[in-house]
Amino acid sequence: MTDVIVADQLTKKFGSFTAVDHISFHVQEGEIFGFLGANGAGKTTAMRMLCGLSKPSSGTGLVAGFDIAHQSEQVKKSIGYMSQKFALYEDLKVWENIRLYAGIYGVPEKEIAPRTDEMLSSIDFLSEKNTLVKSLPLGWKQKLAFSISIFHRPQIVFLDEPTSGVDPVVRRQFWELIYKSADQGITVFVTTHYLDEAEYCNRVSIMVDGKIAALDTPAGLKEKSGAGTIEDAFHQLTRGATRKAD
Amino acid sequence: MRQFLIFTQKEFYHIFRDRWTMIILIILPVVMLILFGYAITTEIRNSHFVVFDPSRDAATQGIVNKLETSEYFVFDGYVHTPAEAEEIFMRGEIGMFIIFSENFYNNMLHTGNAQIRIVTDGSDPNTAHTLTLYAQNLMASYQQDIFKSMEIPYQIEPQIRLLYNPTMKGLYNTVPGVMGMLIMLVCAMMTSVSIVREKEKGNMEILLVSPMKPISIILAKVVPFFMISLMNFTTIIVIATTLMGVPVNGSWFLLIAVSLLFIFVSLAIGILISTLVSKQMIALLASAMGLMLPAVLLSGLVFPVSSMPIALQWVAQVLPVKWYIEAMRSIMIMGVGFSSVSLQFFILSGMAVLLLVLSLRNFKIRLD
Repeated sequence: MTDVIVADQLTKKFGSFTAVDHISFHVQEGEIFGFLGANGAGKTTAMRMLCGLSKPSSGTGLVAGFDIAHQSEQVKKSIGYMSQKFALYEDLKVWENIRLYAGIYGVPEKEIAPRTDEMLSSIDFLSEKNTLVKSLPLGWKQKLAFSISIFHRPQIVFLDEPTSGVDPVVRRQFWELIYKSADQGITVFVTTHYLDEAEYCNRVSIMVDGKIAALDTPAGLKEKSGAGTIEDAFHQLTRGATRKAD
Repeated sequence: MRQFLIFTQKEFYHIFRDRWTMIILIILPVVMLILFGYAITTEIRNSHFVVFDPSRDAATQGIVNKLETSEYFVFDGYVHTPAEAEEIFMRGEIGMFIIFSENFYNNMLHTGNAQIRIVTDGSDPNTAHTLTLYAQNLMASYQQDIFKSMEIPYQIEPQIRLLYNPTMKGLYNTVPGVMGMLIMLVCAMMTSVSIVREKEKGNMEILLVSPMKPISIILAKVVPFFMISLMNFTTIIVIATTLMGVPVNGSWFLLIAVSLLFIFVSLAIGILISTLVSKQMIALLASAMGLMLPAVLLSGLVFPVSSMPIALQWVAQVLPVKWYIEAMRSIMIMGVGFSSVSLQFFILSGMAVLLLVLSLRNFKIRLD
């Protein structure tokens, strides 16, 4: 197994405030890596650095083998990204949204149409190809947004709280999609504040006050803390947090 | 390049699928032109007047005739005393009355002491001033007519003549003004709102993570509005020159060049606004209150800049639309060459460069 994400002493300072404080970790190919933390713990900042949106103040990061500080263009081509806010355009049809992102990520023109049908039928959505996104239910929009974020077959997909605001049934379906893409070899880096979702991950890191307080498999975390659930383990670790949620 | 084209196509979808955007783009230019051209005109038409004329000679007849046949005045008849005229005036039935002195024609020829009193309603100074000017203008032209037919000029009097715009046709102000406002509306307001919408809905974040360059995102957002502005420009020019009969005396090349320049300035303003705010509503308000309103009030579209308080005149100087309207007016009415609009041209170019640099720098900062 090779490491597709390597963070080494990665730090981000905004003035005198250290949002991300010397974090180091490795994520292996095909792994589902959960990135947990209370609001304001620095998850989003860390993720933005890894996606090439924000330059680290110090430390290094490699994503898909590219340096995040100097090769952000190559990094961007190798990753997919989906955030809690919607990536889809409401006044565009389903296939138009797919085509737009496929075009932006440089999927060859003649592959777009067959891959669109293939992708839509794999999520049982072919019948809605010509529907405007605004008339879709929230859960479907999120599943579609995820499918679009991996349409160009990236090595890694970053998911920023992808399931916030959807009901448990849809969350379950969403995680099935995540598993399916991990089976295809796509590495999944996911932040979430639903602690039960951490159980679905291969490994979980918990950030507290800009530092990684724990990093292990869900079972390992529970064992170490002696807690029965991830939730208990999480609360044990974050009890000492000094930062207020933003 | 393909990225860019696909993204531009998406922008057109946004525009074509939004009913209000389409209405603004297609119907608004025509409505605005008609509204400002005919309805909200600062020009006065069909103003009623009465005359007290104790002389009733060729000259007074001629002057009344001249006024009556102009499109600005409607003659309501003669009155018997000045007091009667005043009474009708007080009732608000007329906008102006005229009192001739006795033996008007004789006095005009021999003593040079022929007097006319023009009375207008001073409580509305703008209208009063305009009416007086129109009447004076028509009288002067009558005087010119009769002296032309005689060998020797009997009397030389200073005459008011408004150069280039002899009867102050309001449309010469309206067409450049409406053009300026619409370009502002489409380029600055709609562009900024459209870019800010991407930010507000979270799409911008996704786009910034994508391999698409920020500069191509901005360009792709700008292209459709640029094309729409060209379309609006054409609509207005065609309506103005054909239906409204406003001639373009100057060079078409210059007219188009200065308009393109102004479109660039407005687009740059739109981009700048979009880098400064992150809510559509704020972008909308900033463009409406910060650009459109001053553009209407300070640019000389409704009130002449020279009659404003000095402080406001200074404010007007920094508005691109003010310089654009000035340049357009000169080109359309006077038909002058580049040299006489070069000042406006250079100021607009300077603004374009400054705004583009500012907005691009700001955009980079936001990406940190």
